[in-house]
Amino acid sequence: MNWLLQPWPWYISGPLIATVLILLVYFGKTFGMSSNLRTLCAIGGADRYASFFKFDWKAQRWNLTVVLGAILGGFLASHYLSDGSVMALSPATISDLESLGFSNIGEALLPAELFAAENLGSLKKLGLLIGGGFLVGFGTRYAGGCTSGHAITGLSNLQIPSLIAVIGFFIGGLLMTHFILPLLF
Amino acid sequence: MKYFKFLIVGVFFGIVLVKSEAVSWYRIFEMFKFQSFHMYGIICSAVGIGILFLQLTKRLKIKNIKGNPIDLISKEKGITRYLLGGSIFGLGWALAGACPGPMYVLLGTGVWSMILVIGAALLGTFVYGLLKDKLPH
Repeated sequence: MNWLLQPWPWYISGPLIATVLILLVYFGKTFGMSSNLRTLCAIGGADRYASFFKFDWKAQRWNLTVVLGAILGGFLASHYLSDGSVMALSPATISDLESLGFSNIGEALLPAELFAAENLGSLKKLGLLIGGGFLVGFGTRYAGGCTSGHAITGLSNLQIPSLIAVIGFFIGGLLMTHFILPLLF
Repeated sequence: MKYFKFLIVGVFFGIVLVKSEAVSWYRIFEMFKFQSFHMYGIICSAVGIGILFLQLTKRLKIKNIKGNPIDLISKEKGITRYLLGGSIFGLGWALAGACPGPMYVLLGTGVWSMILVIGAALLGTFVYGLLKDKLPH
């Protein structure tokens, strides 16, 4: 059981993520997590403001159930399937992050510098989390999909638009990581 | 019971994303710095198996659970929306370290500040819906 508690290597994890796609396709659905944001907007009454949210959201209840499961899965994995070991990040990544002022790198999944609850009093960090979330929500709908819809499902289905979207993901990600994050930290 | 299988798929998805560390802000930073093969290995092996599966279902005419042919909807043609929208998404992905699946998984691991990220993502989606007809696609 020890292997279960340790971090899983890419050659186990990748095929397991493909299994999620295969199962959802077999169940007659598709793998796309960002659609849930649109569904939640529609449930919240966004259809009164834009026709984009006028659709039969009840047909999307299966996908909201996947979300519920994902929350539960995150809870189970972090509470019962983790041995608390420090992430085996590349030494170059650790030294780059140290020079940006990060510490305790890889001890948790996310850096406390950005995500710790006590940061929510800092206007700057609050702004970074809200700004990041906003860009994700806006960009994913504009691009018509996210990592699951485009990078996994779209590429698996040999869709050229998905390849263009993934190139976009990298343009934005590289800009942020190489040029903007060093200005923010 | 109709939804139970989707709950199980979700739980499985959440566990895999945590155990693979694909939900980690650090892993995303490392990926965009090209300092490890980890994330590329995950994406490439998932896509490789996905291609194999979808090609096989087409060739062998495998049917889904309802007895219908498996046929995923093709993405609309275009460049602008994918390149621009994708880049905006990428900026947020590298900043908040969470895409629209992992943000829920991370909430489940007990990162309460994710509520803020999810709320902001909902706002972003809402604003896109308002501006949709004015944006180049």
